[in-house]
Amino acid sequence: MRDTIAAIASGITASGIGIVRISGPGAFRVQIMELPANTIHYGFIFDENEKIDEVLALIMKAPHTYTAEDTVEIDCHGGPFVMQKILSCALRAGARLAEPGEFTRRAFMNGRIDLSEAEAVMDVIGAGSDDALKSSLMQLGGSVRREISDLREKIISEVAYIEAALDDPEHMDLSGYPWQLADRLTGVKNRLTRLRDSFNEGKMIREGIYTVILGKPNAGKSSLLNAMTGEDRAIVTEIAGTTRDSLEENIRLGGLSLRLADTAGIRQTGDLIEKIGVERARSLAEKADLILAVFDSSAAFDDNDEDIFSFIRGRKAIVLLNKSDLPACITEEDVRARCDAPCVVISAKKNEGISTLAEIIRKMFFGGNLRINEQTMITNVRHREAVEDTLHSIDLVFSSIEAGMPEDFFTVDLMDAYASLGKITGEEIGDDLVDAIFSKFCMGK
Amino acid sequence: MIQIEETYDVVIVGAGHAGCEAALACARRGFSTIIFTVSVDSIALMPCNPNIGGSSKGHLVREVDALGGEMGKCIDRTFIQSKMLNRSKGPAVHSLRAQADKSEYSRRMRRVLEDQENLVIRQQEVSEILTEDTENGMKKVTGVKTVSGAIYHAGAVVLCTGVYLAARCIYGDTSQYTGPNGLMAANHLSESLRENGIELVRFKTGTPARIDRRSIDFSKMVEQKGDQRIVPFSFSTDPDSVQIEQISCWLTYTNEETHRVIRENIDRSPLYGGVIKSTGPRYCPSIEDKVMKFPDKNRHQVFIEPEGRYTSEMYIDGMSSSMPEDVQFAMYRSVPGLENADIVRNAYAIEYDCLAPKQLRSTLEFKKIAGLFSGGQFNGSSGYEEAAAQGIMAGINAGNYLKGQEGLVLMRSEAYIGVLIDDLVTKENFEPYRMMTSRAEYRLLLRQDNADRRIRKYGYEAGLISEEQMEKLREKERFIEREIERVKNVNIAPTEEINRLLLSYDSTEITTGITLIELIRRPELSYDALASADPERPDVPEDVREQVNIEIKYEGYIERQKRQVEQFAKRESKKIPETINYDDVKSLRIEARQKLKDFRPESIGQASRIGGVSPADVNVLLVYLKQNHM
Repeated sequence: MRDTIAAIASGITASGIGIVRISGPGAFRVQIMELPANTIHYGFIFDENEKIDEVLALIMKAPHTYTAEDTVEIDCHGGPFVMQKILSCALRAGARLAEPGEFTRRAFMNGRIDLSEAEAVMDVIGAGSDDALKSSLMQLGGSVRREISDLREKIISEVAYIEAALDDPEHMDLSGYPWQLADRLTGVKNRLTRLRDSFNEGKMIREGIYTVILGKPNAGKSSLLNAMTGEDRAIVTEIAGTTRDSLEENIRLGGLSLRLADTAGIRQTGDLIEKIGVERARSLAEKADLILAVFDSSAAFDDNDEDIFSFIRGRKAIVLLNKSDLPACITEEDVRARCDAPCVVISAKKNEGISTLAEIIRKMFFGGNLRINEQTMITNVRHREAVEDTLHSIDLVFSSIEAGMPEDFFTVDLMDAYASLGKITGEEIGDDLVDAIFSKFCMGK
Repeated sequence: MIQIEETYDVVIVGAGHAGCEAALACARRGFSTIIFTVSVDSIALMPCNPNIGGSSKGHLVREVDALGGEMGKCIDRTFIQSKMLNRSKGPAVHSLRAQADKSEYSRRMRRVLEDQENLVIRQQEVSEILTEDTENGMKKVTGVKTVSGAIYHAGAVVLCTGVYLAARCIYGDTSQYTGPNGLMAANHLSESLRENGIELVRFKTGTPARIDRRSIDFSKMVEQKGDQRIVPFSFSTDPDSVQIEQISCWLTYTNEETHRVIRENIDRSPLYGGVIKSTGPRYCPSIEDKVMKFPDKNRHQVFIEPEGRYTSEMYIDGMSSSMPEDVQFAMYRSVPGLENADIVRNAYAIEYDCLAPKQLRSTLEFKKIAGLFSGGQFNGSSGYEEAAAQGIMAGINAGNYLKGQEGLVLMRSEAYIGVLIDDLVTKENFEPYRMMTSRAEYRLLLRQDNADRRIRKYGYEAGLISEEQMEKLREKERFIEREIERVKNVNIAPTEEINRLLLSYDSTEITTGITLIELIRRPELSYDALASADPERPDVPEDVREQVNIEIKYEGYIERQKRQVEQFAKRESKKIPETINYDDVKSLRIEARQKLKDFRPESIGQASRIGGVSPADVNVLLVYLKQNHM
């Protein structure tokens, strides 16, 4: 028998309105049972004889509620004390305090939302940035599910066609079919590839854009990190090569999450420890979503700078001409001659030009290839693996077609593709899936 | 009044294709067995099409044979034409179909029954099943009673009543309460079954007219010959013994005139006029169904097939019907070659009582009545092969039940029989169930060529396959393994000779050394095609060559399919305790809960295949089982 749970649903910081949610078979007392479903009632909450708050009570009857159980939501004033007090009344009346994510878990277990939607809700709760929230909300609305379902539909209809032709060879002819199939699968493959690629963008939004600061020793990388984070996080000295390891910081810049890494300066070096740092810097930059290449504008470009230019060519990068507080030796023209990355003149030390930098980053991601407002994105590793598996199976079908295999062989891999996609929407059953649910929702007991 | 009262181990009700296999499976294991039939002359009768096998049905026959059944052996000795279908497709969908000499088939099967020790044949209508209540609120079968009042005690009873229960044959306004071919229907048993809490449904099927061969003009038709080299059904039949002189079938087509006749008289069809309310098979539609449901098809295939060597009756395959007699004449005579056709037997539809098979376990035992089993068309299937397959399984399991052994259940991943029975007991069928290749998910593993390798061991365990036969199979397995191992290590040098051979198969020449196994994998080549490039090759029997070739050529696909099976097996092995109370699983949707209560699946896998139970419901169920450590 499922019990009744209650929790503050609106977050416990002080705000204008607070919501206490109660869900489960005991959410309604006898009088409430008789009220019409989906009605709102105005009144007061009493603790014994003490009037606690003036509230609106939303009466929602199963199954048309978030959890698909009988649910009462109490809209009260948003003070933490008031909300706690109302909650404790509910608990004293027999409800149990809900575990984190438990409302969502119930919604899933009651079959109201599928796994992809449930995961998206968990993402919303843990979202690292406003945009992650947007993407999660899109999954919640089922955009991933719609795309996946549509692709599954396409795959299964090919299987159905082949199967039907095998069962009824006298009425259905498969000559020429393999090439038609190849044609249609190309479309499916393109859409899958887009989905897979969206994972990278999806990840950026959720975990922040992985940004690596690159520059030769003493170009001002650590000062830049400090300017962006607003605290003395890295050791800033006049001695070249002070930062031997790399530092990482999650920062918010213009509404975006950035995972910012400072690296050891890039230059030819004989010092062993420093050498390791330099190698690490390069390998971090290889994986970076965005490189901030810092140059000292008060000195002419040397070989180390040229190395950096050749490294960032073809990658997503922004060139920063630091030390604008000193007389300039190089200009934006000099930079444009070397690469076509956007260029900003800054003074990390004096905190100048940082807001321009923020604006450029925003423009790059919103104006560039990150179309998060329309595009369906996958933001979850489990999903990406499933999409990869699907692509692999589709490729196997292509090889079967090319090898001239009889049509009945195509279905082996088409069915694999179908099943892999089903794992995303929870339309495939498997123990691994239940395990995933258990770990994700801390099931208890 | 003095009544007959006898005791047997097993009673088999019905001697059609299911009943015969069930009876033999029991008697061969030493159980004293009695088989009842309404007419001894109709043992193993083929009242509809004159063939055995066909797409996916051929697989079933092979599997019945692998288990030690009789159907394959019987058709191997009584066929008049044989064809391996789908040869242009992959080996998984190759399927054997033989035209039978119907009366020879029936006669031979009857002979086998008569020669069988421990088996008594009795012409009598069974009117009641006898049961007693057991402690756990269940029932247990104790025997049967006949219309004459005789009582036959038995520990197990197998129902194989086919289409005989409360049967009615219909064409036009003519309706007769008989079984097929005018045979006596069984009119009493339904009542007794209902009294025992068994739910019956009413299904319908049909058969086309038989036309006198002397009235047919074959010059307007296309001759359909059998294969040059005939492959037998049974693994124990010597292939050389079946290379007989074959009889041809003929192909013709319906036309606009045929369709006009049908459309103009459609209101006189009992099916469309509402006289027949039972459900017919979509996969074996009557000609009026085809015409009405596919109005843009301007012709349908019609195969004219001999009913036997010693009769002039021809079966009109593709034109089953329940139209009135005069419409039938007009309709058949509109077909090229049939202009002067003399109809020997009219086409008719037949409706009959059968079981809602969700009441059965996967062993074909009734969930609520211990010791009562059921197989064949009575379970809502159609076709001789489907019947035989269930018959042998019900027979084996009746025997296991008597011995107190666990029942034999074949997985969907190991046999078409497994697919057939699982589909019957877990899916709601609203029409007679016909086996089709598309129903088998793991088709590539369930080939007709390897039925012995898949399931012969179960026949051996059940005592239906001899030690000698089993040893022969083991020897074959060892041979296959050795030969594949050898082929892996044969290197082929790029000689002129080998390249000539490759070019003759439109295969690319080789310029460096390559292993033989690589060459066999090329789609245009095969193990046999490369024999001359492989001088060390031992003398390999035909069946071993076939297995070696398939295993090598399709290894990648077979491996991937095996991985799918692993996933599947995980779900099948996750058992649902019989004690589960679905009302406790709060988060199930109402429809799913109802279905689960109704079917009471044995495993998570089975639950997932029940219509109306969604993957989300199954996930909920999994979570419930896990939470409650079940």
